[in-house]
Amino acid sequence: MTIPDDRRYNKSHEWAREEDGVVTVGITDYAQDQLGDVVFVELPATGKTVRAGDAVAVVESVKTASDIYAPVGGEVVGVNAALETRPELINEFPYGEGWLFRIRPGAGAKLSGLLDAAAYRSVTEEDS
Amino acid sequence: MSSSKPVEADFPLIFERSKAGRRASSPPAAPSVDLAELLGAEQLRQDPPRLPEVSELDLVRHYTQLAHRQFSIDSHVYPLGSCTMKYNPKVHEEAAKAFQDLHPYQSPETVQGALELLFELQHDLATLTGMDAMSLQPAAGAHGELTGILIIRAHHQARGEDEQRRIVLVPDSAHGTNPATAAMAGYRVVEVATGKDGQVDLAAFRDALSPAVAAVMLTNPNTLGIFERNILEISRLAHEAGAQLYYDGANLNAIVGRARPGDMGFDVVHLNLHKTFTTPHGGGGPGTGPVGVKSHLRPYLPVPLVKRDDDGYDFDYDLPSSIGRVRSFYGNFGNLVRAYVYIRGLGLEGLRAVSGMAVLNANYLQERMKEAGYKIPFGGRCMHEFVAQPPAGLRTLDLAKALLDEGVHPMTVYFPLVVKEAMMVEPTETESVETLDHYAGLLGKVLQLARADPEWLAQSPHSTPVRRLDEVQAARQPILRYTFPEGEAG
Amino acid sequence: MNYTPHTEEDIERALQAIGVPSVDALFAEIPEELLDPSIDLPRGMDEVSLLARVKELSDANAGASSLMGGGLKKHFIPTVTQHLTFQSEFVTAYTPYQPEVSQGILQATFEFQTMMSELTGLPVSNASMYDGASAVAEAALLAVRQTGRNQIIVSQGAHPETREVLATYLNALGIELTSNALNGRLVSSRSDIGNDVAAVIVQQPNFLGYLEDMETLAQDAHVAGALFISVVDPFSLGILRPPGSYGADVAVGDGQTIGNSLSFGGPHFGFMVVTEALLRQLPGRIVGQTIDVDGRRAFVLTLQAREQHIRRARAKSNICSNHQLTALMATVNLSALGPRGLQEVATASVAAAHALADDLASAGYRVRSESHFFNEFVVELASPAREVVRKLAKQGISAGVPVPAHYGLGSALLLAATELTGEQERRELMETLQRVAPVSTSVAR
Repeated sequence: MTIPDDRRYNKSHEWAREEDGVVTVGITDYAQDQLGDVVFVELPATGKTVRAGDAVAVVESVKTASDIYAPVGGEVVGVNAALETRPELINEFPYGEGWLFRIRPGAGAKLSGLLDAAAYRSVTEEDS
Repeated sequence: MSSSKPVEADFPLIFERSKAGRRASSPPAAPSVDLAELLGAEQLRQDPPRLPEVSELDLVRHYTQLAHRQFSIDSHVYPLGSCTMKYNPKVHEEAAKAFQDLHPYQSPETVQGALELLFELQHDLATLTGMDAMSLQPAAGAHGELTGILIIRAHHQARGEDEQRRIVLVPDSAHGTNPATAAMAGYRVVEVATGKDGQVDLAAFRDALSPAVAAVMLTNPNTLGIFERNILEISRLAHEAGAQLYYDGANLNAIVGRARPGDMGFDVVHLNLHKTFTTPHGGGGPGTGPVGVKSHLRPYLPVPLVKRDDDGYDFDYDLPSSIGRVRSFYGNFGNLVRAYVYIRGLGLEGLRAVSGMAVLNANYLQERMKEAGYKIPFGGRCMHEFVAQPPAGLRTLDLAKALLDEGVHPMTVYFPLVVKEAMMVEPTETESVETLDHYAGLLGKVLQLARADPEWLAQSPHSTPVRRLDEVQAARQPILRYTFPEGEAG
Repeated sequence: MNYTPHTEEDIERALQAIGVPSVDALFAEIPEELLDPSIDLPRGMDEVSLLARVKELSDANAGASSLMGGGLKKHFIPTVTQHLTFQSEFVTAYTPYQPEVSQGILQATFEFQTMMSELTGLPVSNASMYDGASAVAEAALLAVRQTGRNQIIVSQGAHPETREVLATYLNALGIELTSNALNGRLVSSRSDIGNDVAAVIVQQPNFLGYLEDMETLAQDAHVAGALFISVVDPFSLGILRPPGSYGADVAVGDGQTIGNSLSFGGPHFGFMVVTEALLRQLPGRIVGQTIDVDGRRAFVLTLQAREQHIRRARAKSNICSNHQLTALMATVNLSALGPRGLQEVATASVAAAHALADDLASAGYRVRSESHFFNEFVVELASPAREVVRKLAKQGISAGVPVPAHYGLGSALLLAATELTGEQERRELMETLQRVAPVSTSVAR
């Protein structure tokens, strides 16, 4: 189970990575493994304003549907359109091509409340 | 969507048996008329729908062969937990046929027999559940749930408490329809945890109650097959908090003729006539979900009810506070006939035998399953169904598939959600002890095979017409209808 | 009657294995004050008395005729349809959750979805729903989810009971419902559609039997950014334009007319067919094609993550059961009729209704014929329609449905005819009607 050091994590198994003032969000390797084959992804509308903790996307496998929560508040500035036709990217490259959406954090919104890789690893160990 | 390309050894679709010019019926001849003149040329369809063109024998073979690609109660043991797959008596089918030619808008004096049947069924279901009034309109269990929750909402509205009461409490072991229904009725759902004994955790329940709670939805016995022993206390607490208590009748078969939700304090019940009252499941419906209420909720029932007065039987539309209609006409009448004939054929003693033998069979099979090496997470005795688990390391899905090879239908799998690898078993009262012995024997056999040859298990079933379907592909690239080959007339 | 197989010996053996002294002891978990209340039911019956009781009740009814409509009609159902549908394996199976042993029902449902798609000219059908009225309500909720708007416009031409069910469902969620009245030609007027309207719902043929200008009404809805929901009689689609051809986003309706008996109003089935854009919003079960591990074509319930057993409070609907067996009956029936058969019965039904209307007009009755009608139409009467229907019934004729007062048509009767309506039936109706409700000078032309 890979947990890269270059990003932050939520207990609900999202990762968030900030680059040039924009936060990219996806689900972790652990999460995709628990879900199984992803068959469909419901993404937020670009331009939508979200608050940290809002359920903004849904990732579906054959027998489950998981809400994806925004790790930080702000404006949705991009979604991964490739997932519409290739949802399996989430299983194959959870930390890369399988990203879900991008948020430009609102004033004062920070990722610092999230877990680092080590702390997230212990979350997954408790879970399993 | 991608196109449907036949692969090897496909069983043909009816469309693939079609040949232009064949037909399987002789309808009355159509006179020669000018449809463009009668209906307006702009209203007419340009191309006919591409329906199959087959001979009558082709048609008979096709749907007979399809029937043979199907397990059913009449052909296989089918102990699905929470589904009450009991025998569907043939005499019910004959009875239903006797009423199939009635139109719902006939003048009441021409349908007195049908109305009398409905009137008596309203009474029978009310007395069996301990309720004061009954609507026979809802078309399925979930439809009955929606009706019942809307009735509760109307009650709170009438008391000026609708804005305050926005929450419906549902146990975490509940059927998915319960939370889905509450949401459809405009409520927020809060789940209540199941305690270690498989019953509603009373402390958690007390904490969850508040003046914001509109209703509490319970199944009793619950989906783990356990009777909620604290039901009278739960009822007292719920009512003290101003909430109404809702009974999901999915598991009534366990107690029918012996105990009644009305006496437990429930204000509303829905029944699944296709479970306890054995109207056929039909491969997924039509169900029927009558709703019963205590007298304080009668004003909100859907219209119409059936009444009797000096002139005989008639529909009663005089419920000014009704939630309105939930379905057209008077519900799934054909199934109401079947349920009526069942109740009147059995009588109270027969119905007591139903719950008695249903609970006896479930406990017997639970013992046999324990002996065969399965875990029973909540121990103790059960009501009409129980939840088991495979020994550590084995997957319920694999064992279920292996049972198909043995010519029996598996139990309900992976429900309730609160039990890992859940196997939920409900044999019903119409199976004999020999059948249960046989089933338990097969359960033991698949465990042995699983241990001896895990690879074989993972590949099962081996003998069914198709095996281990690719559900991921079905969901990723949905093919939801047949695609005709290029150039076919249409 | 008794369907439990247990002998005394069986019961004894089972009790011993469980370790309890009696069957009653198995109910010890139930608080004593709840056990064995007084239940008011008559004693059980043997089969002979039970069937006699059924006969007694069924003899107290008179059969319907093909002259009654108002949403349901008596149509030709080939004998083979009932025979094939009511095979044990179809009747007594559960929902096809184990696809390996449920290919019969799954494939038949895939065939059903294909036929509904062909009839409506829309690509995506679900596996069926309860009835037409609740399917319309579900379609309205779909439109609200899809558009994020909060108002529904329904034509008064939709069946009154459909509108009542719609109101019940929408009221629960605080969605505004507006009714659009029929005009003097008994068809829907074009209405102003605001930008909060999620969908416009129009029935074709409408409740009174008349044909709407669906193309224009659909365009109006789309210009305003609303969906267009077409409520159709599937029987009529043997000859009428399919909803997909005039831009409907959703086609819904009740399937009774394509192969279910009347059964005093049910069970029948509702259907819902939508554009691909609405696929993910579709409520209810859906069957999809896939392959099995050996590469064979196979069918399975799919897109289940929309449904209540997975999504719980966030499901698209609480619907669980569809109406499988009655939908199967339609599938078999449409296969028995074929495209030509459906066209023939639809044509014969239209012809019979127009012949009946001509008979009435010739006899001096005022038939409302300002718009084209399909197989049902309105005739005005001089005395209250309900009374007339009663008097006809007394003469052994079940015909017509009184037009509800809210249509403002005075005393009027909705009369239907189908391919089963023979000349003799028409003649008997005419003779009796002229006796019980003679043409009065005030309404005669």
